[in-house]
Amino acid sequence: MQFIDKAEIMDVDGIRRALVRIAHEIVEKNKGLDDVVLVGIRRRGVPLARRIGDILKDSENFDVPVGELDITLYRDDLSLKFEQPHVGRTMLPFDVEGKVVVLVDDVLFTGRTVRAALDAIIDLGRPACIQLAVLVDRGHREIPIRADYVGKNVPTSRREVIHVRLEEYDGIEQVVISEEAQE
Amino acid sequence: MSLRGNDLLSLREMSPEDMELVLSTARSLKEILSRPIKKVPTLRGKVVCTLFYEPSTRTKTSFELAARYMSADAVSFSSASSSVKKGESLADTARNLTMMGIDLAIMRHSVSGSCHFLAKVLDIPVVNAGDGMNEHPTQALLDIFTILDYKSRIRGLKVAIIGDILHSRVARSNIFGLTKMGAEVCVAGPSTLLPPDIERLGVKAYTRPEEAIEGADVVYVLRLQLERQAKSLFPSKREYRDFFGIDRHRLSYAKDDAIVMHPGPMNRGVEITTDIADSPRSVILDQVTSGVAVRMAILYLILGGWD
Repeated sequence: MQFIDKAEIMDVDGIRRALVRIAHEIVEKNKGLDDVVLVGIRRRGVPLARRIGDILKDSENFDVPVGELDITLYRDDLSLKFEQPHVGRTMLPFDVEGKVVVLVDDVLFTGRTVRAALDAIIDLGRPACIQLAVLVDRGHREIPIRADYVGKNVPTSRREVIHVRLEEYDGIEQVVISEEAQE
Repeated sequence: MSLRGNDLLSLREMSPEDMELVLSTARSLKEILSRPIKKVPTLRGKVVCTLFYEPSTRTKTSFELAARYMSADAVSFSSASSSVKKGESLADTARNLTMMGIDLAIMRHSVSGSCHFLAKVLDIPVVNAGDGMNEHPTQALLDIFTILDYKSRIRGLKVAIIGDILHSRVARSNIFGLTKMGAEVCVAGPSTLLPPDIERLGVKAYTRPEEAIEGADVVYVLRLQLERQAKSLFPSKREYRDFFGIDRHRLSYAKDDAIVMHPGPMNRGVEITTDIADSPRSVILDQVTSGVAVRMAILYLILGGWD
């Protein structure tokens, strides 16, 4: 499928400011950072979680543990996927038991990825609570899930796609809204 | 590049890309084995059946645990307590089991090629868990996975396989797999247990183990199949030990950081001395853990999302 970029909705500064704000909201909401851990959902949630961790280190002088979560094994759409998704590694260098787990992902859409991530986390232990941070919320939820921290709310049509491009994977920093090319 | 819905019958027929896919998936899945609750829901509702027409401790248990850790149901069939004793043919037994709704069959059989036969008869995927003197592909994949754990690469490594090359499906699968991934493979054994045309598989063959082991990164010790002694293929266990057994002295020909492997079950004091088997250079128990991760990966890649 070919996609055509329609508009850039965040640039490098926009992404950075959104993450700074999310980081501050995490501190505010949890009245500090004791027991807070950040868990990035593979793939693009991982660099975002690391960046929030770095911001918290700078602003609060607090080392928040950061982990990586792969949700492939928990997906509900494996049989619908034409290409079998590659199973990435889950690496949580901490125990989630009793922790405040902040899940981090790039785009919140149907909510199914987050549903899978919740199951994956709960399989690893019983956190005190789980919160959700996303860079972009584009709507169209299919299950009752909402984010605690949102970088930007972007109303979209279902035909549109949000592409989050990050230095780590794409060599560029931007969030664009694009649409499937017409034949 | 996909194993979805396919059989896994041999490494001779497997592409290096598919082998890499199994190995990298197993690398990710290994983490599940260290969890307090070793279970992911991925293969819920799938049923795998192990058909073992030959004895096995590791392979059968390893497959069944792998299935359960992925939430598939595992049922087992053993020839000793079944209608095989009443003369039912392999094809009939397997067709009947399929009609009960199994999604994948894992078979070990003493006849070479029997898994290929089963794959032709059945519509569901078949995984070879060892067929006669032909292949044992999942063993070789777990061996390669274990070597990667210690050496981080296969290309350019020298692997010496010592023992009964003639009857060993483990040796054959490892030869196919390791050479495809770029290792240099040397084999050594008594001339009665070395196939005369073995070098056509791209390996170097020796009758003195020291020559094969010289400079090796991996020393792979095969089980001496004691039942072969009855056929006069080697004179005695003691003589085999004296000329081919892996002990401190023979191992000294390998690199200083060489690892020692064995597919089990071991005849301690015959093909390998106890001090080597239990030494820090032995990765024999790591092979067993790798086996579960590799088989989880294989089940996921074949059955995951496949109807």
